[in-house]
Amino acid sequence: MQIPVEGFMYPNEVELQWSILIVLYPFITGLVAGAFILASLERVFRVQAVKPTYRLALLTALAFLLVAPLPLQLHLGHPERSFEMYLTPHRSSAMAMFGFVYLWYLMAVLLLEIWLDYRRDIVLKSQTSTGFPRFIYRVLTLGSDNISERSLQIDERVGYFITLIGIPSAFLLHGYVGFIFGSVKANPWWSSPLMPIVFIFSAMVSGIAAVMLLYMLSTRLRGREIDMRCVDTIAQYLMYTFIIDFSLEMLDLLQRIYEADESFRSLDFMVHTRLWTSQVIVQILLGTVTPITLLALTQFLKFSATARKRIYAVAGVLTVIGIFAMRWNVVIGGQLFSKSFLGYTTYKMGFATREGLLPAIALMILPFIILWVLVKLLPPWPDAALSASGATAAHGTS
Amino acid sequence: MKITRRHLLVLMPAAAVAWKFVLAGTPEASPNYQLTEHWWAMLMDLTKCIGCGSCVRACAQENDVPDGYYRTWVERYHVTDWKIERPQVESPDGAKQGFPANELSDGKNFFVPKLCNHCADSPCTQVCPVGATFISPDGVVLVDKNYCLGCRYCVQACPYGCRFINPKTMTAEKCTLCYHRITKGLTTACCEACPTGTRQLADLKNPKDPIHEFLKTHSVQILKPHMATGAKVFYNGMDGSVR
Repeated sequence: MQIPVEGFMYPNEVELQWSILIVLYPFITGLVAGAFILASLERVFRVQAVKPTYRLALLTALAFLLVAPLPLQLHLGHPERSFEMYLTPHRSSAMAMFGFVYLWYLMAVLLLEIWLDYRRDIVLKSQTSTGFPRFIYRVLTLGSDNISERSLQIDERVGYFITLIGIPSAFLLHGYVGFIFGSVKANPWWSSPLMPIVFIFSAMVSGIAAVMLLYMLSTRLRGREIDMRCVDTIAQYLMYTFIIDFSLEMLDLLQRIYEADESFRSLDFMVHTRLWTSQVIVQILLGTVTPITLLALTQFLKFSATARKRIYAVAGVLTVIGIFAMRWNVVIGGQLFSKSFLGYTTYKMGFATREGLLPAIALMILPFIILWVLVKLLPPWPDAALSASGATAAHGTS
Repeated sequence: MKITRRHLLVLMPAAAVAWKFVLAGTPEASPNYQLTEHWWAMLMDLTKCIGCGSCVRACAQENDVPDGYYRTWVERYHVTDWKIERPQVESPDGAKQGFPANELSDGKNFFVPKLCNHCADSPCTQVCPVGATFISPDGVVLVDKNYCLGCRYCVQACPYGCRFINPKTMTAEKCTLCYHRITKGLTTACCEACPTGTRQLADLKNPKDPIHEFLKTHSVQILKPHMATGAKVFYNGMDGSVR
């Protein structure tokens, strides 16, 4: 397959090394980190208004975290050797830490927090359900069926502590992803000390937007009323985080334009040609400026609840698209220009190939399937908890 | 020739040993080679390069380099007047078949052979998550293809575009400085094939190596010195437009 090249590329540079699957990886981990930060708003910072999304945010983070390593595995030339990263990690490699950060986040933070938070429900369900579900819930109790007042209090305290550790861990998870790119000195499009912090804030933006959308959608599907105080608060946080994120990105851009180092002419030309649509139109105009403006409007003008819901839905969708475009522009954009700064190559995405569009779509659908299963297993709705306590009463009297 | 029982007794163990090496894919050992006594580098005298591409062909043949990928290649620069920041560069098929006749008469033309710089502070070995790529004690950057994950981080980290993923092994590949040859006292395939002596293998730890005299008497440069990679391919007569 002939890849169109403009100008001069070093001969080995013509073919892109990191494909759409590597675009998905920071996008997915960003959603995980962002969803967790939203959950911690309620738990640590006592923002009571966002409580209806707390459990949903945790389950969303888990569903996406479980899928996060899959695009990497699919991309590796030798996935069967990936376990070597745990056995013989190369300490000077930013990538070598991935496995450890991932495991830490999955096992020590997310699974533990979800388990502690749901432990009471799980124990109750293991007593009230029958057949196979009963078996599942019994396994999930991990043999701990004490739900006395005292033990629930301990759960609460430990859960709080884990969330406290979880916040820097979520920052670590995604800031570290930013460092993988930001520390590549050979690539001026990536090499920037701002990269980890931009990744953290963009992660929060995408995660908050995704959970807000999921909450609105799931509430609607369940035929319940959307808690307007909740979505208003989330939208407010989304806007503030997005403004910080956008400011950081603009700071990076301003610095590049003003310094205009040896790479600038080449990168500037790339943004004006090959990345024009994905960066300027989709990421900046549609995916950043538009949602920030929409969210700001709701702060300054009075809208009806229905209008606000619609605005949040549109702003949320545009935000998620914008952050995806940002990941695309970082990963793909960073490989389109030559390190000689004399030419450009083209990304030819396959369809039903190992790293093509089809597996990428499948990998983006998978977290929603996992989330659906998780939601069935561990209902995150506030009213579901009520019915569980109703079940206890029933169980207690029988 | 009739093979007797005696012949067979001699041949069988020899064949077994040979087969073992074929299976293992390892080169024969070099018992007299002392790793710590060498520090390999290369000298590129650009005033001598004629862009014939013999080095590229020799490398491809010696190392079984797949088509479309290059452990070494040659670039042709065309620089007009003062525009050293905007050179025109080409390297058709890595110059495996040399270059077509040049029709650009204004300005200057010259050739620049490239290969892995075997950097002393190599960013590619730094980023490898499992240490599959490493700097040998004698200063050669190598890849263990039986250990490489194929994550491609090293390809991204190389500022010179010297690495690629071999589509057959799905592991990172690059110039080994013909390690299988230099450890036996031979020179690299590209140096051997170069008809003008542009490329010269150098051992910086050998005080008798002519490179020391050359470095003393010539103005040499390395590629992208601002990358601070400790590159060990030294270019004589390199124009400021080369990147």
